[in-house]
Amino acid sequence: MADSIYVPRLARLADIRPMTELEKLFVVEFPDGSSLGHQPGQFVMLSIPGVGEAPISISSSPSRSNGQFELCIRRMGDVTGVLHRMRPGDVVGIRGPFGHGFPIEQMRGKDVLFAPGGLGLAPLRSLINQVLDERGSFGRVIILYGAKRPAELLFRDELEAWAARDDVEFHVTVDRGDETWTGNIGVITTLFPKITVDPLNTVAVTCGPPIMYRFVLMEMLSKGIPETQIYLSLERRMKCGVGKCGHCQINHLYCCREGPVFTYAQIKNVPEAL
Amino acid sequence: MRLWVLPKEQVVDMVCRLMADYRVWGPQAKGPQFAFEPLPDPTAIRLDYNISILSPKVALQPPQERIAVFHLDGGFTVEPVIDAEPTVIFGIHTCDLHALALLDKAFSADFPDAHYLERRQQTLLVSLECLQPCDEHSFCKSMGTWTADSGYDLHLMDLGDAYGVSVGTAAGEALLTQYAQARPATDTEAQQLHEARDAKRLRFPNRLNFDAAELPSLLATAYDHPIWAELGDRCLSCGACTNVCPTCYCFNVIDSPELSLKEAVRWRRWDSCQLDEFARVASGENFREARAARQRHRMFRKGKWLYERFGELGCVGCGRCIRACLTHINIVDTFNAIHASQHRR
Ligand SMILES: Cc1cc2nc3c(=O)[nH]c(=O)nc-3n(C[C@H](O)[C@H](O)[C@H](O)COP(=O)(O)OP(=O)(O)OC[C@H]3O[C@@H](n4cnc5c(N)ncnc54)[C@H](O)[C@@H]3O)c2cc1C
Ligand code: SF4
Ligand code: SF4
Ligand code: FES
Repeated sequence: MADSIYVPRLARLADIRPMTELEKLFVVEFPDGSSLGHQPGQFVMLSIPGVGEAPISISSSPSRSNGQFELCIRRMGDVTGVLHRMRPGDVVGIRGPFGHGFPIEQMRGKDVLFAPGGLGLAPLRSLINQVLDERGSFGRVIILYGAKRPAELLFRDELEAWAARDDVEFHVTVDRGDETWTGNIGVITTLFPKITVDPLNTVAVTCGPPIMYRFVLMEMLSKGIPETQIYLSLERRMKCGVGKCGHCQINHLYCCREGPVFTYAQIKNVPEAL
Repeated sequence: MRLWVLPKEQVVDMVCRLMADYRVWGPQAKGPQFAFEPLPDPTAIRLDYNISILSPKVALQPPQERIAVFHLDGGFTVEPVIDAEPTVIFGIHTCDLHALALLDKAFSADFPDAHYLERRQQTLLVSLECLQPCDEHSFCKSMGTWTADSGYDLHLMDLGDAYGVSVGTAAGEALLTQYAQARPATDTEAQQLHEARDAKRLRFPNRLNFDAAELPSLLATAYDHPIWAELGDRCLSCGACTNVCPTCYCFNVIDSPELSLKEAVRWRRWDSCQLDEFARVASGENFREARAARQRHRMFRKGKWLYERFGELGCVGCGRCIRACLTHINIVDTFNAIHASQHRR
């Protein structure tokens, strides 16, 4: 019988790590030990039988695959709600990897500026860790991360490790602090004055809620970074992941195929994109 | 191209023989209208139909279909459901034939869709040349779909007492020789066929006030046209226009458990870009919230975006969306209005 592009492969939840009130990290593996074979920025469609499917970015770096991959998932609704109640050893369905990710080859030799907001760190972490694993082939690595509250910061141990490295310029801010928070307070754009960049030699990458990336893009552009060197990953409703169902269309572009990663140059004249 | 002649009284006979080996879809009376459905018996076929409520697309992309089954016992296993059987679609008007060619491209491009394509591979298309426009809403001549030179296995054309039959493929020829008592056309009959085709030219009006080939470039200048707000004010977001459209193929994927709880089914259902939630994501953000934006999206898909992707316009001029719309939203009037305003400026 012919293969169907809508039928997932079975995969096992090897480990589940709580991260915040709303997010958990799911470590996933295929029973036959095969690797997902993804690029940073790509996504999978994750199925829970009888409940549904959701597009989820791959959060781990291909350079650390070990026959496993990681998904950082916020509890939002039906699929993610059931997933958050699952236990290690439980089985889910995986289709993909789908979409176009970040073109890492074009980033080599350049300075890389990452500016994720909130859950936008999930897809960017894949690229950040690959860049750090091949640290020698990139210029400066700058990470600006913003979250709403300290309790919503994701991957805290990794944030600390990045902050401790002297080959990473790391700044983090929260919109609202709490009694333990001694760091920056303010939206992510307040971090931009803290850095200087060599614009023509810099690649900038962002992902987050629309209200956040609209302002972040303006900051990146005002630093003089060329439109073709600014990448962002977009979220749209997705039902097929393979360019058929029409849900993810951004005017003429299919977010699931041409995206989810686009350059600013690609979408600046696409009204529904921004 | 070989031409054959099939006496009209033998059509039912041919359908009858076909039904022994194929599921045969054809136009049938449904109250005062016509519907494309599997024929319950050969005499139900109505080749004199004007237009079917839904297009023959229903035979290849059904409104709802199972695409996978999950077996839930402890863990789970999953298998595809590919529901295809030898099928003949009999009596397809040429507008709908052109629409199927577009669906073929959409479902085979990039990631081939086995559910559609397996069905398509087992399906033979018998089309039918219209000698009159269906009604005042069809604009197939403007869209270049009012006749067809390819895309069919067999193509029928009314010659009075008989159908002239053009053979499009070897499979079509086999169908004709095995299931029908057709005979090769004489030179006079071939001449008659060409003349009938020429004569119909005058009966079909051009409803678009410009060449349809200009649509993509026309729309390129019309993204912010005030007409979208007008249409948005009128539209009820019922989705009737997309349901009846032969080239609309957007779908939803829905998983639901069976009552036994031993199985769950992955369904594919027709969906509509006119519905409010079509582009809404889980966080509540709706990327096409305004009805005006959704109407624009539909018309841009038809007149520009599908063309850019597949080399064919996404509208075949069948007029179904116009007939179906309770608030008289009319794609021809819309395109004409845009053309008129751009040429006044
Ligand atoms: C490319 C991409 C990458 C993403 N990466 C991540 C990530 O790394 N981490 C993360 O947490 N999230 C990510 N998301 C967001 C994630 O996909 C959504 O949060 C998820 O789909 C929510 O699914 P749900 O079923 O839990 O929520 P729900 O709100 O129940 O459903 C999600 C969507 O499906 C619709 N829906 C619900 N029920 C039905 C139904 N019965 N029939 C039809 N439609 C229905 C809803 O309207 C909603 O738009 C990503 C999204 C995209 C597009
Ligand atoms: S049929 Fe008419 S009212 Fe209904 S969604 Fe289409 S344009 Fe709107
Ligand atoms: S847009 Fe309207 S006229 Fe054009 S093919 Fe679809 S239903 Fe027919
Ligand atoms: S998710 Fe279906 S077309 Fe992109």
